[in-house]
Amino acid sequence: MAAAEELTLLEKLLGLRRGNKYSAQGDRQIPVLQTNNGPSLTGLATIAAHLVKQANKEHLLGSTAEEKAVVQQWLEYRVTRIDGHSSKEDIRTMLKDLNSYLEDKVYLTGNNFTLADILLYYGLHRFIVDLTFQEKEKYLNVSRWFSHIQHYPGIRQHLSNVVFIKNRLYTNTH
Amino acid sequence: MQLFVSDGAPGNLPVLAAAGRAGARGKLLISTVGPEERVVPFLTRPKLPVLKLDSDRYLFSTSAICRYFFLLSGWEQDDLTNQWLEWETTELQPALSVALYNLVVQGKKGEDVLSPVRRALIHIDHSLSRRSCPFLVGDSESLADIVLWGALYPLLQDPTYLPDELAALQTWFRTLSVQEPCQQAVESVLKKQGILAFRSYLQKQPQPSVPLERPVSNEPEEDELPAHTLSEEEIVIAVTIWEQGLEALPTLRPRQNPVLPVAGERNVLITSALPYVNNVPHLGNIIGCVLSADVFARYSRLRQWNTLYLCGTDEYGTATETKAMEEGLTPQQICDKYHTIHASIYRWFNISFDFFGRTTTPLQTKITQDIFQRLLSRGFLLKDTVEQLRCERCARFLADRFVEGICPFCGYEEARGDQCDKCGKLINAIELKKPQCKICRESPVVKSSQHLFLDLPKLEKRLEEWLGRTLASSDWTPNARFITRSWLRDGLKPRCITRDLKWGTPVPLEGFQDKVFYVWFDATIGYLSITANYTDQWERWWKNPDQVELYQFMAKDNVPFHSVVFPCSALGAEDNYTLVSHLIATEYLNYEDGKFSKSRGVGVFGDMAQNTGIPSDIWRFYLLYVRPEGQDSSFSWTDLMLKNNSELLNNLGNFINRAGMFVCKFFGGCVPKMTLTPDDQRLLAHITLELHQYHQLLEKVRIRDALRCILTISRHGNQYIQVNEPWKRIKGNEADRLRAGTVTGVAVNMAALLSIMLQPYMPTVSTTIQTQLQLPPAACAVLPTNFPCFLPAGHQIGIVSPLFQKLENDQIESLKKRFGGGQLEDSLELKVIIFPRAVKRDNCKHVSMWGGIIYALGKNDSFILPEAKVSKAEAPTEIANPEQIKLLTDAVTKQGNIVRELKAQKADKAQVTAEVAKLLELKQQLALAEGKPLEASKGKKKK
Repeated sequence: MAAAEELTLLEKLLGLRRGNKYSAQGDRQIPVLQTNNGPSLTGLATIAAHLVKQANKEHLLGSTAEEKAVVQQWLEYRVTRIDGHSSKEDIRTMLKDLNSYLEDKVYLTGNNFTLADILLYYGLHRFIVDLTFQEKEKYLNVSRWFSHIQHYPGIRQHLSNVVFIKNRLYTNTH
Repeated sequence: MQLFVSDGAPGNLPVLAAAGRAGARGKLLISTVGPEERVVPFLTRPKLPVLKLDSDRYLFSTSAICRYFFLLSGWEQDDLTNQWLEWETTELQPALSVALYNLVVQGKKGEDVLSPVRRALIHIDHSLSRRSCPFLVGDSESLADIVLWGALYPLLQDPTYLPDELAALQTWFRTLSVQEPCQQAVESVLKKQGILAFRSYLQKQPQPSVPLERPVSNEPEEDELPAHTLSEEEIVIAVTIWEQGLEALPTLRPRQNPVLPVAGERNVLITSALPYVNNVPHLGNIIGCVLSADVFARYSRLRQWNTLYLCGTDEYGTATETKAMEEGLTPQQICDKYHTIHASIYRWFNISFDFFGRTTTPLQTKITQDIFQRLLSRGFLLKDTVEQLRCERCARFLADRFVEGICPFCGYEEARGDQCDKCGKLINAIELKKPQCKICRESPVVKSSQHLFLDLPKLEKRLEEWLGRTLASSDWTPNARFITRSWLRDGLKPRCITRDLKWGTPVPLEGFQDKVFYVWFDATIGYLSITANYTDQWERWWKNPDQVELYQFMAKDNVPFHSVVFPCSALGAEDNYTLVSHLIATEYLNYEDGKFSKSRGVGVFGDMAQNTGIPSDIWRFYLLYVRPEGQDSSFSWTDLMLKNNSELLNNLGNFINRAGMFVCKFFGGCVPKMTLTPDDQRLLAHITLELHQYHQLLEKVRIRDALRCILTISRHGNQYIQVNEPWKRIKGNEADRLRAGTVTGVAVNMAALLSIMLQPYMPTVSTTIQTQLQLPPAACAVLPTNFPCFLPAGHQIGIVSPLFQKLENDQIESLKKRFGGGQLEDSLELKVIIFPRAVKRDNCKHVSMWGGIIYALGKNDSFILPEAKVSKAEAPTEIANPEQIKLLTDAVTKQGNIVRELKAQKADKAQVTAEVAKLLELKQQLALAEGKPLEASKGKKKK
């Protein structure tokens, strides 16, 4: 999914009515937003945070200093590790780490739904779609989180619904 | 909260500085752990520094930790800071980690360190200089400054990597470095060990993979200049000059023959690097020096500066001898043959040399020997014995690349005399095990031979004094400055100036009769002897530093010869030589994102360009449009077609043709009466500004950028015609017809101006336009600094016809195939599929213009042999990164299992064969990726 498309999904999710136009820069197609009242903004995480403020939904950026830093850390994880992965091995490590991180959490910051959940959902969608049932079971916590987020109102939009099976098929893999 | 750090982790710097700046230092409990300690339980790969919060959450991102400290102090997040931090992690860090790894772990220097990060540094510099205050966000230092400063400090603390050109970055960096929190962070992280403090930590980190390169760009660097608003005064001046007409032109100075310096005038001596005679030059060579120098020479003459432009073929050296052997000719015959080829190629490209000479002349011997004697008598030469390999059968000492053997370090069997392709270590040829002459495969013997060395260390001080004076007020390109500085920083070493060869300038000294001068010593003297062959008064150019300005053009691999070696010889000879004032070096031109290669038949070579049916002016235009000015660029057929059809045909050609056609069709070929409206006056002022810009750029030899000014003016022109619609107004009332006349008149005068501005770039097209417009000869030869009315009302123009032809897709496709562009693309594509990251851009895009190989007394010579680079670049041993090797290894294992299974099942023979073929293919790819030689026989044995 191109970054511009993802930002359009985010706009809809946030209830921003006037759609922005995005251009893409360089070979990594980094999104650029031309704002009316100032210089342009570059970068997926930067623009996403800007849109959240525009929609007056600052709580999605975290409410305490700690939560804000954690949200930004996962946004950074999204644009560096997820978007910058260079091999299947990278993806496996990423899923493994996230799986272990999410073991005791509902959302990425713990108990609150934030922009980090939205952008990680969009960023991971293409990988999760391709997982086998066995793998989905292996990354059980990621699957639980992902399944939860994709049913969050308004977030999935036209993206395909990823099917997870509730009862375990591969009991001996754990 | 607890901060886990590891000694020498670069991330410690920004984190500690941010803690200090935001006042969080006191709340921190700092624990030092080993570099491989997994502090964060959920991360597979260790990551440090890490902040463990009181809630037991972990912050493992350096910028998130810094951000947290600032958030605690009450700072509010803003878009601009977010943008800088995102850029820091996605763009700066990948580049920086490569640079730091090269510097700290691999001990590399200079370009190897700077080039991965240069773009990023320029980005920061530009952003800073666009702001009116010295910080990245807001008007005092804040989070973004601290994070970027901390990331950059390990590299930029060495001033070598903070070039003077980046003045805004320099100021910013220095301002931050003296802030107390930053100083404290530096003290506790670097512990007074400088860059070495990071070594043991970085050694334990995986080697960073080279970030995917952006495709080399042919578009100009973004330079968002604010739109200039015209002042009333500028408009008044533009109109006054316009009205003066041809009277405003300076008087023409006649050209003398020979051209000699004239006291009180600007005397410009221009040289282009001497192309080595045994190669047909390719487009990269042509744009690198002769064509670039030609544009400047033509511009210089248009400015009426007293200009002499010289070049010639460099003919001595081993490579000529080898080529002669190959072709069964004598070296002299080879030189004669190729000299003619070169001369005719340059003639076709319309290169305006005043003289195109050669280095194999008696005057070359005379001048070289004179400089040699002067150096000898002044004690700047050393004698030393050098052990060399000699092939008795060929009766010659073997230059480094004429010998092969087993690498003494890694045992690789085909190591060359100077370097092993496998382990990359530098080798002294006599250390090779089982050396072989590359020509006859005989084992050479070690013989010692006396050689002379130029004592560069003794001349270093003079060189630095001269450079200090020269560089301050000159237009050396940044790469030339950088290369020269890095040579001086590493310290100069004595350099051998003699060779055991026959084809060269003889050494006039007892005991050296069978030796000749080494090409790099006498090739630069070629400029002097070529001038001497042009005029016996050559010394008026070359021993006249006060009156002569010397511009030397070359590709960047030739810089050290012109900025260090020749100046040292000339300074040591103490004969008042004219030394280079402006050294103009280009980067490299790629061919379709690969490189030119004569041996693989890839790329367009000078002699072939003539057979494409594309006129030489189009070649000139495109090469100059993509001139590798400031960064590498690439030649692409599709781009050539695009630029021809859009810029030349639709923009420039369309405008000039329409302007002329209107005069012919509506006014009987007579320039109509013009009554300027305020809009016309503003247009004149705009054009004047653009013309000033053109002059400023060309005076600084920014050839590619100045070409943009021409295209901008013609774009203005097209707009002007489009808005004013003279073809409609001519059918209207009196006032409309008058307006149509004015617009046509102004437009055709713009066409006249463009024809002169275009002269340095496209001389033939320029003359064609001037003939069509019947521009008076006095106006053709001078380019004024302002825009007068060249063609007054009543001037009769000639017959107007279209200037450019459309290039068609199928024409370009067939050329692409013919010149290997298509094949190259295929092979590149293949590589991309197999090794998505292995396609490294090799820095060696073209054959060096200076033949010969260099060796020096110093063993750890940092100079990279130009030819060694070429052969390395052509060897198919690009080593892929570990991830790709792993991927391929997995694929081989998998395929191996398939084959085994099939065999076990006694499957159909054809099927087995097919799978075995796949397996072999994969193994080959793996071998290639690991840089191993291909072993075809291995597969057979297994069967």
